[in-house]
Amino acid sequence: MMLNGAEDEEKWLAEGIAGIQHNAFYMHRALDSNNLREALKYSAQMLSELRTSKLSPHKYYELYMRAFDELRMLEMFFKDESKHGVSVVDLYELVQHAGNILPRLYLLCTVGSVYIKSKEAPVKELLKDLVEMCRGVQHPIRGLFLRSYLAQISRDKLTDIGSDHEGDVDTVMDAVEFVLQNFSEMNKLWVRMQNQEPGRAREKRKKERSELQDLVGKNLHVLGQIERVDLDMYKETVLPRVLEQVVNCKDDLGQYYLMDCIIQVFPDEYHLQTLEALLGACPQLQPTVDIKTVLSRLMDRLSKYAASSTDVLHEFLQVEAFTKLSNTIEKVIEVQVDMPAVGAITLYVSLLMFTLRVHPDRLDYADQVLGACVKKLSNMPKLEDSLATKQVVALLRAPLEKYNDIVTALTLSNYPRVMDHLDNGTNKVMAMVIIESIMKNNTCISTADKVEVLFELIKGLIKDLDGAVDELDEEDFKDEQNSVAKLIHMLYNDEPEEMGKIICIVWKHTMAGGPKRLPFTVPSLVFSALRLVRRLQGQEGDIVGEVVPATPKKIFQLLSQIIEALSAVPSPELALRLYLHCAEAANDCDLEHVAYEFFTQTFVLYEEEIANSKAQLTAIHLIIGALQRMTVFGVENRDTLTHKATGYSARLLKKPDQCRAVYTCSHLFWVDDEDGIRDGERVLLCLKRALRIANAAQQMANVARGSSGPITLFVEILNKYLYFFEKGNQQITAAAIQDLIELINTEMQGDSANPGSDPDVFLASTLRYIQFQKQKGGIMGGKFESIEL
Amino acid sequence: MLVPGKIQHIICTGNLCIKEVQDYLKTLCPDLHITRGEYDEETRYPETKTLTIGQFKLGLCHGHQVIPWGDLDSLAMLQRQLDVDILVTGHTHQFTAYKHEGGVVINPGSATGAYSSITYDVNPSFVLMDIDGLRVVVYVYELIDGEVKVDKIDFKKTTTTTHSAH
Repeated sequence: MMLNGAEDEEKWLAEGIAGIQHNAFYMHRALDSNNLREALKYSAQMLSELRTSKLSPHKYYELYMRAFDELRMLEMFFKDESKHGVSVVDLYELVQHAGNILPRLYLLCTVGSVYIKSKEAPVKELLKDLVEMCRGVQHPIRGLFLRSYLAQISRDKLTDIGSDHEGDVDTVMDAVEFVLQNFSEMNKLWVRMQNQEPGRAREKRKKERSELQDLVGKNLHVLGQIERVDLDMYKETVLPRVLEQVVNCKDDLGQYYLMDCIIQVFPDEYHLQTLEALLGACPQLQPTVDIKTVLSRLMDRLSKYAASSTDVLHEFLQVEAFTKLSNTIEKVIEVQVDMPAVGAITLYVSLLMFTLRVHPDRLDYADQVLGACVKKLSNMPKLEDSLATKQVVALLRAPLEKYNDIVTALTLSNYPRVMDHLDNGTNKVMAMVIIESIMKNNTCISTADKVEVLFELIKGLIKDLDGAVDELDEEDFKDEQNSVAKLIHMLYNDEPEEMGKIICIVWKHTMAGGPKRLPFTVPSLVFSALRLVRRLQGQEGDIVGEVVPATPKKIFQLLSQIIEALSAVPSPELALRLYLHCAEAANDCDLEHVAYEFFTQTFVLYEEEIANSKAQLTAIHLIIGALQRMTVFGVENRDTLTHKATGYSARLLKKPDQCRAVYTCSHLFWVDDEDGIRDGERVLLCLKRALRIANAAQQMANVARGSSGPITLFVEILNKYLYFFEKGNQQITAAAIQDLIELINTEMQGDSANPGSDPDVFLASTLRYIQFQKQKGGIMGGKFESIEL
Repeated sequence: MLVPGKIQHIICTGNLCIKEVQDYLKTLCPDLHITRGEYDEETRYPETKTLTIGQFKLGLCHGHQVIPWGDLDSLAMLQRQLDVDILVTGHTHQFTAYKHEGGVVINPGSATGAYSSITYDVNPSFVLMDIDGLRVVVYVYELIDGEVKVDKIDFKKTTTTTHSAH
């Protein structure tokens, strides 16, 4: 059926064009022979082709253009009175004898064009005559094209009037009146097209109508181009008349197009000054009109206009643009009860963008917009529409992107309230966006209040929200928590008291985060807190703070609690490391009991929770390393702890591990510092013990595997002997070293190991070192002299 | 300089902590060598690593395993054990570079300026090494009070490993 229709249309168009060409041919002949009568006859016949009802607008346009081109020739002929000998006045009369109305009117317009240019009659009368006579054609398509022709031929004249600043203002009014009337009539015809055929042809009609929209809109363009249509004339005459048409036609397609046209055609300055009237029309439009797009485009244009100069900005305030826009939006939402959530929110987004661009310093405006959105969201069930959710996210992102500074966004009181209306998933996404913004801009959040607000915003990340049974992907969860961990480092204030408050707030929220989150967040908190402790170290006495005085002791208490919570997750290895850090920090603060307590906790964890042998090895080394650096302990405490350390070292599972841990313990008894421990005997004891373990390991290897054991252990121990020998430990003699070297050589020979193996290489480099030291001369050389290689 | 393609190797002492950082370093240079720090979540990084670049043998270790932490003589022992010309370790978050009998011990410091119980006021730093024949030039970049300070140290290796210019 459709296919036939299309084919038929092609046929009719072809026929129409053929008809035009046929008659045009004879018309040209008549023009060449200056035969007016014939010219009129054939042109009328030609124009009859335009009387067809069979063509769609698209095809009709093609036909029209053919005729249009031919009429230009005719017009030139009319203009040259010498050719046909008839005055234009008479010509105007003559063409009205054409039989059918449509050809008659086209001819009339064509003569009218010449008449206007000749200036022989007052333009006003002529234009009025023409625009009214065109009423004779009420068929929408034919009428639209006819009036379009009228607009076309009058264009030059209107431009002249428009730019003639010497001329009478009445003349301008006449011109404006003409255009307005033509516009009104065209709009009526255009709207009528929609009502013609109900039912399934509706969509087709709509499409056809949109093809014709520019014909109607052209009139507005003409009005826009008449220079002498100033603001007053626009305000008093043009806009009211146009808006009247727009509202009264009650046609959604037309209303949308024309509102947009008004906005695009006329200068922004005018819009600003007529804002009330323009916006006043919005709630009166059909509910199906996409008003949000119209308003968005208006606000977009106005934003750009505002950016053009500071004087302009002043105007915005003067006309209370924001208030007017805000009120209109409220009204539209109120009136259009069926508007879906996404529509309303999009309006708020546009308004917010406008506000941020035009009044960036007016945070109260921005907050107002958010507040209005909150109100709307409160009256709706929780958002499930993903488009609406996207718009809410866009709303929340806008201030972040504009200010590049989360701190400003944090002052918007309605910001967290908007976030509350997001579903949990989106809430978290938004929280991540906020954190990203902070990280990207290197923003520092420096007061406790702001931190509190920030944590309120990101609460979806730092704790389990109500009703949230999150089947969260492990990777995603990790990313989230790592982001929070990074964020903690951005919360900082130089001033210790404020920093202390910040630490407390972070601590509070971290503790409430639940076991899954602690392994990620606690380390950041601990190190941030220890930094503060460092700063407080130098300060004497307690700081007088109201709620929480920031003292190292207090901070250590908090840390102790939270690290304990961490260990219970279970995360004993991480907890152990953090305890040790705290111990060292306590040491630097001269807090012996606190440091001792931390070491106690460390050992408890080691004993009870760390079972994996590799983990134990690392842990014991960390313990020894930290303990070695402790200066705050009295003899008893120190002894207890070193005893523990050496004890555990000797009880590691694998013999080589034992050996290494034990010889490392030797350093517990020798500190390079002048006031430090230098207990040569106990050092030697450790090294000898290590040697015994190495021997045992050797024997075990022989028995169990029939191969030699880890000879490298002996070389390591040798190096330790050398270390303490150099440092001046009297208990370590050159002879002992000599013996050790020989022992190693023996073991090496007895071993089927290849030269160039690790112990071999190590021994070689060690012996080189000894040689090097011997050659140094002086005291060092003297020491090494007796060692023979 | 941190444009991908300019660096041929990255040597990292450890404590990147999370995979994200490893991935970032990989974008700077695919030849990435990492040893395990006590906070690395990736447990498969080795405790020590050796590699050869040009005429130099390099050794890499985080350094928490070498006690006393930061002690040059103990580090020298590790250097002998690994039998390397250049030993790179970390843990102290303090840049140091020592010429030592026949070798060099470098600590690039902390790239992020992270907290350390060993060093107060950590300044973020990193090191670039330019290895050319028997010579290595070490450039250290430190961020001190908001300004980047650069320093340069030259090392030349003699063909025998016993003695070096002191």
